[in-house]
Amino acid sequence: MIDPFGPILAPFVEFGFMRRALAGCLALSVSAPPVGVFLTLRRMSLMSDAMSHAILPGAAAGFLVAGLSLPAMTLGGLVAGLAVALLAGAVTRATVVREDANLAAFYLISLAGGVLLVSLRGSQIDLMHFLFGSVLALDDAALLLLGGISTLTLLALAAIYRPLVMECVDPLFLRTVSRSGGPVHLAFLALVVVNLVGGFQALGTLLAVGLMLLPAVAARFWARDLGGLIPVSMLIAAIASVTGLSLSYHLDLPSGPAIVLAAGALYLVSMLAGPRGGLLHRLIRPRHLEA
Amino acid sequence: MSIRPATQDAFRLVGLTLGYDRHPAVHHLSGVVRAGDLLALVGPNGAGKSTLLKGMAGEIPCLEGHIDRFGTLAYMPQADEIDRSFPLSVMDLAGMGLWRKAGSWRGLTRWRPEIGSALDAVGLGGFEARPISTLSGGQFRRALFARLILQDCPVVLLDEPFTGIDNRTVEDLLALIRLWHGQGRTVVAALHDLTQVREHFPTTLLLAREPVAWGPTARVLTAENLVRARNLSEAWDEGAAICGGPRPVDGHDHGSHGLDTHHHEDAA
Repeated sequence: MIDPFGPILAPFVEFGFMRRALAGCLALSVSAPPVGVFLTLRRMSLMSDAMSHAILPGAAAGFLVAGLSLPAMTLGGLVAGLAVALLAGAVTRATVVREDANLAAFYLISLAGGVLLVSLRGSQIDLMHFLFGSVLALDDAALLLLGGISTLTLLALAAIYRPLVMECVDPLFLRTVSRSGGPVHLAFLALVVVNLVGGFQALGTLLAVGLMLLPAVAARFWARDLGGLIPVSMLIAAIASVTGLSLSYHLDLPSGPAIVLAAGALYLVSMLAGPRGGLLHRLIRPRHLEA
Repeated sequence: MSIRPATQDAFRLVGLTLGYDRHPAVHHLSGVVRAGDLLALVGPNGAGKSTLLKGMAGEIPCLEGHIDRFGTLAYMPQADEIDRSFPLSVMDLAGMGLWRKAGSWRGLTRWRPEIGSALDAVGLGGFEARPISTLSGGQFRRALFARLILQDCPVVLLDEPFTGIDNRTVEDLLALIRLWHGQGRTVVAALHDLTQVREHFPTTLLLAREPVAWGPTARVLTAENLVRARNLSEAWDEGAAICGGPRPVDGHDHGSHGLDTHHHEDAA
């Protein structure tokens, strides 16, 4: 009663595996939401979902070759994800079909191939591991991978921030002043893939996409510009990680879905109570200003 | 004309054909845009004005012929190609014009005075922190002109810059264009308002896929030429024959000829 945060934090104080899970989730909470902010601003929210499926055959191929080996599956996932992103981008530039349609085509091919590969050797349990991960069993290698991905993402975003913003707002303008548009777009797609692969290996696809998009969408109800959206989305992801993990411990729930549901709850709260276009603010409208 | 030193020309168009899917939108256009020209592109809808500007900006490849460009250029497309819902401030939008100086790393704060005076020049002083989504159409256009000022390029291409803009804003922006002309910059603008063109643009290119006439505005915008431009087909003919080469229209000769006269008149 004296310490209201006690019950929330207790599992982390008590158990090492909970602290590891928290560290992994927090690393992902810092890197995935900013990527998600740019995805939502570019109206490419669903792209991350497609990409998360596109990773599957690569990871499966790694699994077939080396078993449940983190480096093999990570490498496979990276290769498959980047290949789908690059192919879709290249076909889009070469033909009249739009990028979302091409991406859908390639990810479906990729996903079907992945399911086929897993069923060749793996069991249902392996497939579930692919899709939902195992937050509570993060080993040192997985933690290092998540930390590395997080660092890489933040550094890369800082490096390409301005051309990336310009490419979102006015790609034509960027093309007339610089040739960095294409490389920046590819670098951004690579960041999406890297974050999904990291999250996917350690935490499962659902959690990877969930932590990427839900905080980013929720942040739109709290902040007006990019300088606000990015930190708010990170904060929301971190809160969702702590509460989700804690709830999963106390109520004995699967932790991946619990974290995503916590992020989803924060999204619903933001949608209702957020000061920037939240529903409640529409109901109690303050009188308009003089000018 | 071709023997003039390169530095005097901003663009050289040689047998230029631009288009989409083998169908030409600009057909066998040759001529020279001289450095310091204030040139209006006029023609009916579908005449190829935007296509020509895109070609000059290097946005689309030539189907035939080629364009020589001299000097860096700033290009303002029709505004609807920009995502206006993006959470960006007016200062950041205008500040994009500093890309060549600031690159992707340097902070924009050291150029705050320049950005401020560019916004003042287009009547948007004090709008720095406003999100671009809250600007009206005219204000947004002004912000894009502020970006052009900051780009500080010797060549400026404008695609229908005054569509849907009120008279006062148009007057302000035309004054800015005249100022650029006075500074010796080359300005090429696609326009529909012939009165505006007659009043402010010394040279005009009348396009109807084919070049109809190119030269001093008064001699280009004659009733006869305008009727001819209107009658030239804007049809997209699926069964069109393969083009055998440039047809002998007077546009070509007319163009270079008129241009010479015009510069002669300028010098006099």
